[in-house]
Amino acid sequence: MRSIEQSLDKFHAAGIRPVAISVDSPEQSRDLSLKAGYTFTFLSDPRAETIRRYDLVHAGAGDKGQDIARPAEFLLDSSGVVRWVNLTENYWVRPRPEQILEAAKALR
Amino acid sequence: MKMQRFNWQIWAGFLLTLAAGFSYPLFFVRFPATRGFPWANLLLFGIAAALVGLGLRRAFAPERRRSSKIAGSILATLSVAMIGLFIFAAFVVSRWLPISHGAPQISQKAPDFNLADTSGRMVSLSELLSTPIKGAAPKGVLLIFYRGYW
Repeated sequence: MRSIEQSLDKFHAAGIRPVAISVDSPEQSRDLSLKAGYTFTFLSDPRAETIRRYDLVHAGAGDKGQDIARPAEFLLDSSGVVRWVNLTENYWVRPRPEQILEAAKALR
Repeated sequence: MKMQRFNWQIWAGFLLTLAAGFSYPLFFVRFPATRGFPWANLLLFGIAAALVGLGLRRAFAPERRRSSKIAGSILATLSVAMIGLFIFAAFVVSRWLPISHGAPQISQKAPDFNLADTSGRMVSLSELLSTPIKGAAPKGVLLIFYRGYW
């Protein structure tokens, strides 16, 4: 998230809108954004419905045993078709903004 | 009884293992170059382990008191535990992720959704794909699913 925010101008210049999605409530996401200085869109999926539709549920992995999202990133073109996807096998390892921006060059 | 000299190696090694472990979440996680593979922390652990090894050898030198051997053993055990815990977290726990077979794949259309933003307003994927970015039509949307902070 931090690296996305730091590269936000580059994403916007490339015509890319980053959007973060988790089970956090809108209030929790607002607190996080205020605290960390995130200015891009955060969406709340508290019952993990969208997360389930994308087959990204990490069952029972929340601190109270709730279902949460496994980390994943999708780059969609303007018609909503997936052009690049990253499903990490290790949640310490996330894509770097440069990788995503490189993939974004192929979008028209 | 003459004063024995302070075994600084064992203490420095022990404190460095703590610093090496806690500096990951507090500092190194911020940088892509040190986040994915925690080489900076492993380097610090390596130095710490060398210091602990030297300190342990010193603690068990024949002229050292028993208290020195006991303290040395405890600090060395704690240091090894810290290193083991970090390696377990970095290379085992971090991989405890479900494999996704049904996630949208390249050239598939991403399922639409309608979710609340931080102000509680409902936002759909089609809206995200069509709302201009700085006056220009967006070329794409980057969806980032993350674990959340609960």
